[in-house]
Amino acid sequence: MSVDRSRLPRVGPARPFTFPSIEKSRLPTGLRVWSVRHAEVPVIAFMMLVRRGSACDPPGKHGLAAMTADMLDEGSGGRSAIEMHEALARIGAQFDTDIGADATLVSLTTLSRASDRGLQLLADIVARPSLEERDFARVRQLRLHRLSQLRDNPGAVAERTFARLLYGSHPYGHTPMGDERALASMTIDDVHSMHAQTIRPAVSTLIAVGDCTHEEIERLASSAFGGWDGAVEDETESGGIVASTDAARLNVVPRPGASQSELRIGHVAVPRHVEDYHALVAGNMVLGGQFVSRINLNLREEKGLTYGARTAFDFRRMPGPFSLQVSVQTTATGQAIQESIDEIAAIRGPRAITSEELALGVAALTRGYARNFETAEQIARGVMQLALYDLPDTYFADFVPTVERITAEEATAAMARHTDPARLTTLIVGDLDVIGDDLPSLSLGDAAVLSADSL
Amino acid sequence: MNITFTKHTLANGLDVLLHEDRACPIVAVNLWYHVGSKNERPGHTGFAHLFEHLMFEGSQHYDGGYFQPLQGAGATLNGSTNADRTNYWEVVPSNALDLALWMESDRMGFLLPALTEAKFSNQRDVVLNERRQNYENRPYGLAAMAMLAALYPPQHPYHWTTIGEIADLEALRLEEVHAFFRRYYHPANASIALAGDIDAGSALALVDEYFGEIAAGPLVDPVRAEASLPGQIRISLEDRVELPRLYIAWLSPAMFADGDADLDLATDLLANGKTSRLYKRLVFDERIATDVSAAQNSREIGGFVQVTATAAPGHTLVELERVILDEIARLAADGPTELEIERGRMQAESQFVYRLQTVGGFGGKSDQLNAYNVFMGDPAYFDRDLARYYGVSASSLRHAVQRCLDPARRVTLSVVPRGRRDLAVPDSTPAAVS
Repeated sequence: MSVDRSRLPRVGPARPFTFPSIEKSRLPTGLRVWSVRHAEVPVIAFMMLVRRGSACDPPGKHGLAAMTADMLDEGSGGRSAIEMHEALARIGAQFDTDIGADATLVSLTTLSRASDRGLQLLADIVARPSLEERDFARVRQLRLHRLSQLRDNPGAVAERTFARLLYGSHPYGHTPMGDERALASMTIDDVHSMHAQTIRPAVSTLIAVGDCTHEEIERLASSAFGGWDGAVEDETESGGIVASTDAARLNVVPRPGASQSELRIGHVAVPRHVEDYHALVAGNMVLGGQFVSRINLNLREEKGLTYGARTAFDFRRMPGPFSLQVSVQTTATGQAIQESIDEIAAIRGPRAITSEELALGVAALTRGYARNFETAEQIARGVMQLALYDLPDTYFADFVPTVERITAEEATAAMARHTDPARLTTLIVGDLDVIGDDLPSLSLGDAAVLSADSL
Repeated sequence: MNITFTKHTLANGLDVLLHEDRACPIVAVNLWYHVGSKNERPGHTGFAHLFEHLMFEGSQHYDGGYFQPLQGAGATLNGSTNADRTNYWEVVPSNALDLALWMESDRMGFLLPALTEAKFSNQRDVVLNERRQNYENRPYGLAAMAMLAALYPPQHPYHWTTIGEIADLEALRLEEVHAFFRRYYHPANASIALAGDIDAGSALALVDEYFGEIAAGPLVDPVRAEASLPGQIRISLEDRVELPRLYIAWLSPAMFADGDADLDLATDLLANGKTSRLYKRLVFDERIATDVSAAQNSREIGGFVQVTATAAPGHTLVELERVILDEIARLAADGPTELEIERGRMQAESQFVYRLQTVGGFGGKSDQLNAYNVFMGDPAYFDRDLARYYGVSASSLRHAVQRCLDPARRVTLSVVPRGRRDLAVPDSTPAAVS
């Protein structure tokens, strides 16, 4: 039998998929307990979402929330830092702490047969960390070393500098790592008070995904997290967005001899609850959100200037950044910036999103949607988004039909509303001596020359 | 614990591995070609990886980028090249299985008619940028190249890294690409695994329909090469870094060979995580390093164990070298504790369970079936693989450490800030990197 190679095979209708249902309850302390039954493999994934992140860092103490998160697994209840990790290793647990602007996430995955023990350890770590001076001194020193090493990492320098350029002194104006001066002045008392003020059940959700009943998880959680209590201050939803027009439009952190320029181009954009959320997700697929996006096809597949380019809206509780990220060969820096800005400008109307482009972006988002719910950790991560942004339980089931209803005109209009070429801030981490002559032709004004430490 | 499967070999030599898992309406298509950078020759490095890029640029009956139709059907897809093999995979909604097989078979059978000079030169530029991004412009990024070049003699195929040398990439010609394809990219040098929402019977018929018509190519002879370290090699590399870093490496057994699992567990208990001996001593107690790690890098025709540690400000690589060798000597003399063996086994068991969670992508069940099939000729090797770790005893681990981690036969690389060769360990000579 011979295959018909005259055309690609048609893709038939998708097999229906039922999204995981979430069982929810709330303990008297305010801790939300959410569980999802998932019994494919004898593994259970726990995640503790605390809706407080680096945006809660007090002025002058940037990096405190991350430092506090880093101290959680440094011992508890007479168990030293090393003993804590011995206990995790004995149940083969995978343990991780992650912090972003809006939240701190502590996750622990283990074999189903060790779920009691795993949850107990998670509770010791989150609710009852020792937070001792001698561990603090060591952890802080390691973070200071890490910060000095990151000065040589062009991507890290770009992230840190770009946040400051876009947001100034706003809570989103620094990365979770913070800065050397703040870290050096921090004390263990700061960590104690940060833990007391932010790592609290009233702003936390425990998510469990595995072969377990909700009743069992609730019972285990009540006992493991007993005694964890305390009030929490309201979130700082203020802070006032610092307009990016305050910053120079073209900024360079010199990196002599660099073979590539690390670029960031963007501005402050929208919060997670923006009405145009789905239209922006779809529109960004066309601009720079997937391999076959305009910007990646242009810079990589047509011109070969980079290994890859992408754009993203970072949807957060307060307006997050829209940005283009790319690392391009040094000699093509000016050209890549011009092409990128032109693409961002064009999609707002001059070269509006076509219905074919939109259909491709929508299909990429919707047709494979079920694969995001294969493993316990994937499901837990999905459910965590609902808890972090107060989304309804029907969110997953609604996602596909909602995105499929978007038209090319709506996606273009949303991109036009929420991106603005006139407000773009451009940052280059690269070899100024080589690229300097190309910059005036970009018409972005004089470049502000920054140092990696000047922030 | 296992991955249930059926195996068939088509008339043209293509191995077909099928695993049903109907939990999620997705199928992983995973295709391995038994070719990697160890099939290259000196002066022609970087070939296998650049070729992988070209596989996404279109084939005779679909002469366009491969991402567009597959992503449009809801697939994720990627490929990767290492020293020993090249893999390509798609995870598709089960209704798009036909599409994935059509495209994989078209580029296996009909790539060359669509391969143009323009695509070739574009993807060479992309690869040169990949190299700049991941090696040249990344702190410590060139250390791996310096280390491999010192561990293996120039004619040994592990002497160079998969990304290749710049001069070689620039000298590559399109004709060589054609010859490479004919030699390595054919059914008899490939293995395809389908895992997920399939019916094994009809899936086999489908694979046969798409791939059965492709002719078998020439059998590929196994690559053989010997390496040995007669003594110590001490080299240094200047880089744009704040803190000096020390790398110590030894030649070690190949993947799945005797001693491989022992060294896996030995490197774990030496330097992985906060419970490890070197972390406790270097980072936790003495605080002379900011980080430490170790791994048994097992490959098809040989492995190497590498320990890596970064000096804390105010401390020297000489101090790190002394402590690392001291802890290895202690392990070689006294062996691991029972607690360490027990912990290592528990971690191995849980890692094996975690690996059963996903059908596709790098390291998913389809990728594992292919790994076992291509390297061991037996996709059912999962259980025996785990049994290797259960079989590690205090004495077998100690003997493997004694045999392989000989302080007198190793490569020691110091990566130091520019202009600070004085921070390298004594007797180091500048490393050549290209």
